[in-house]
Amino acid sequence: MAERKPIKGITTEKTEKLIAETLAAMPEKAAKKRAPHLGANEPTSSTCAVKSNKKVVPGVMSQRGCAYAGAKGVVWGPIRDMIHVSHGPVGCGVYSWGTRRNLMQGIPGVTSFPMDFTSDFQERDIVYGGDLKLEKLLKEADELFPLNKGMSILSECPVGLIGDDINAVAKKMENELDKLVVPCNCEGFRGVSQSLGHHISNDSIRDHIIGKFKFKEEAGPYDVALIGDYNIGGDVWAAKPILEEIGLNVKSVWTGDGEVEKIGATHSVKLNLIHCYRSMNYMCKVMEEKWNIPWLEYNFFGPTKIEESLRAIGELFDDKIRKNVEKVIKKYKPVMKEVTDEYKPRLEGKTAMLFVGGLRPRHTIGAYEDLGIQITGAGYEFAHQDDYDRTAPEMAKGTLIYDDVSEFELEKFVEELKPDLVGSGIKEKYVFQKAGIPFRQMHSWDYSGPYHGYEGFKIFARDIDMAINSPTWDLVKSPF
Amino acid sequence: MAEKKLRQIAIYGKGGIGKSTTTQNTVAGLASLGKRVLIIGCDPKADSTRLILHAKAQDTVMDKVRELGTVEDLELEDVCKRGYGDVMCVESGGPEPGVGCAGRGVITAINFLEEEGAYTPDLDYVFYDVLGDVVCGGFAMPIRENKAQEIYIVVSGEMMAMYAANNICKGIVKYAASGSVRLAGLICNSRNTDREADLIEALAARLGTQMIHFVPRDNQVQRAELRRMTVIEYSPDHKQAGEYRQLAQKISDNEMFVVPTPLEMEDLEDLLMEFGIMEAEDESIVGVAESA
Repeated sequence: MAERKPIKGITTEKTEKLIAETLAAMPEKAAKKRAPHLGANEPTSSTCAVKSNKKVVPGVMSQRGCAYAGAKGVVWGPIRDMIHVSHGPVGCGVYSWGTRRNLMQGIPGVTSFPMDFTSDFQERDIVYGGDLKLEKLLKEADELFPLNKGMSILSECPVGLIGDDINAVAKKMENELDKLVVPCNCEGFRGVSQSLGHHISNDSIRDHIIGKFKFKEEAGPYDVALIGDYNIGGDVWAAKPILEEIGLNVKSVWTGDGEVEKIGATHSVKLNLIHCYRSMNYMCKVMEEKWNIPWLEYNFFGPTKIEESLRAIGELFDDKIRKNVEKVIKKYKPVMKEVTDEYKPRLEGKTAMLFVGGLRPRHTIGAYEDLGIQITGAGYEFAHQDDYDRTAPEMAKGTLIYDDVSEFELEKFVEELKPDLVGSGIKEKYVFQKAGIPFRQMHSWDYSGPYHGYEGFKIFARDIDMAINSPTWDLVKSPF
Repeated sequence: MAEKKLRQIAIYGKGGIGKSTTTQNTVAGLASLGKRVLIIGCDPKADSTRLILHAKAQDTVMDKVRELGTVEDLELEDVCKRGYGDVMCVESGGPEPGVGCAGRGVITAINFLEEEGAYTPDLDYVFYDVLGDVVCGGFAMPIRENKAQEIYIVVSGEMMAMYAANNICKGIVKYAASGSVRLAGLICNSRNTDREADLIEALAARLGTQMIHFVPRDNQVQRAELRRMTVIEYSPDHKQAGEYRQLAQKISDNEMFVVPTPLEMEDLEDLLMEFGIMEAEDESIVGVAESA
């Protein structure tokens, strides 16, 4: 891959100076801790500039979530035919209820369960333990919604503190109800971010789901699974048809609009295609070790990356698929050209800064570039070293990399780099919009989407143009 | 008449040392002096009030909470019982060992009692009888947030009881810094060990406090307990009843409230060696197997 062209006005020296200025405002100890998490990009270096996956510095405003959020909100929530129980006080369940916009098919309460199930802990449950209440809840839920294909138990903090044994309850109820019951010890206080929640959930899938089921249809040479697409705003429904169009047979999706029995049968596919590496690489590695299933990272943001990815996928199959890949690319080229013809003239030369979870900053860069937008800064809430290593070559030299960036740092960086767009989460959205800077909420696609695939790019391009070129910005005057 | 000042007292000490028995006998002594007392049992075993109430097991706050569903539905009368000498009795209650969170039970119960006005103005004393092993923050509740200001530690001349007393003092130091909790004395509940009174006097001096009373061992206490009574009620003329009345009077007159000075481990061991309770360690044999 060719190195990115340098961005006008961005140099390593200037970026390092900006970082030094930002750190100077902090107490010595905090500055010392934060310094390794901020850096100027070096695209050719084998390891990325910044340190990651460390505890938040006390006193700063972090955007991170917790292990429970990673488990309930990301991995489990999207599985549509299971009942997901938030075990503990009511708040965690309510505030993780549908907020990620992971869409699902089915009839609510019959074949899909997009409801909030919680054991709603009271004082007595803390003091006497909640095991019996959990048993009762599982029984009642199964009675009320008999078509559920299983239940997950997601521990909130107090469950871990008082030592309730959800694993024993799960085992007992699995026998009693003759249903899959999966315990997930994802107490929020564990780990440094939501990332551990993804890992714990992957482990629960490994221990309780994978290998337990079989696909109804015969196995075929083109069976694949789509891993790490959570169907935000319908992403899966835009991505899956492309894979089918090139002749692959998508047997299961993890976990967007997901079905648990198909997830549990995934050990019999030929290839795992992984989109969100950060949240699901663990299970890809398990399936590789245990069942020899290879896995491939792909990227369905924007036509350039879609084409690259389709060709890479084709390389792992036969001529038939490779021919289909070229056919599909050719078919959508004019469609995509129409999109870029419309939006690129208005977006060419603009810059954007990104700060999202663990995948999107690096994965969306190509889509922005397809529209002529350059990325001057990027960072993740909860990424690890391997994510940053994958980010470095996607960014131009000297651009700003920030890990677990604090509100103060991000505001300062944006103030200095003056991007035309900031793409980040709900906590940042209004800060920047009030400062008169166009913003897109890139966790849940800002009530829009899908953004994956060819269909998604059309919407992405429209949304970004709408954000940056809205006449609103000429009418607002920030008092700051 | 001058307005009464409520004295809140917590009794700590190693498990099995006789805290509940000592507390109830002392409280009965205070009652016989005409004092109004509330006992709050802070132990899931709920055995802090049986000698006062002549009851096997009192309905506890947490039992009622479990029955009714929420703390909000609970009434004070459901859990606050009157016993010997008009002593008021409450047990926090809690789960069996191994489930849930007993510490939170103590917190819930004490908050409930405060909110519902269990600490009536006519009271002279509130006694908190706390589970022996302060294993988590919940059991420190009585000495947090300026609830109990006076701590008495029940101790004996046995090594582990003194270790425990010293550890409890460390806890008091921690909370004394931010509040008004003070150590008020050691109560020696005799186990008939050698030079017991001298040893506890010496320990008290090192901790910067006093041995407020030496309660001799007497089987009359057990005879009374079989009838679920305090000695004071069962045999008010027995000399052991006199001991508890003395202790009650001393507590009533006590004005020595200190931030303790807990001992370092070596100092405590030196003290024990001085009194012949512990032998000097021979470091050369540590970790060497018999066959070696």
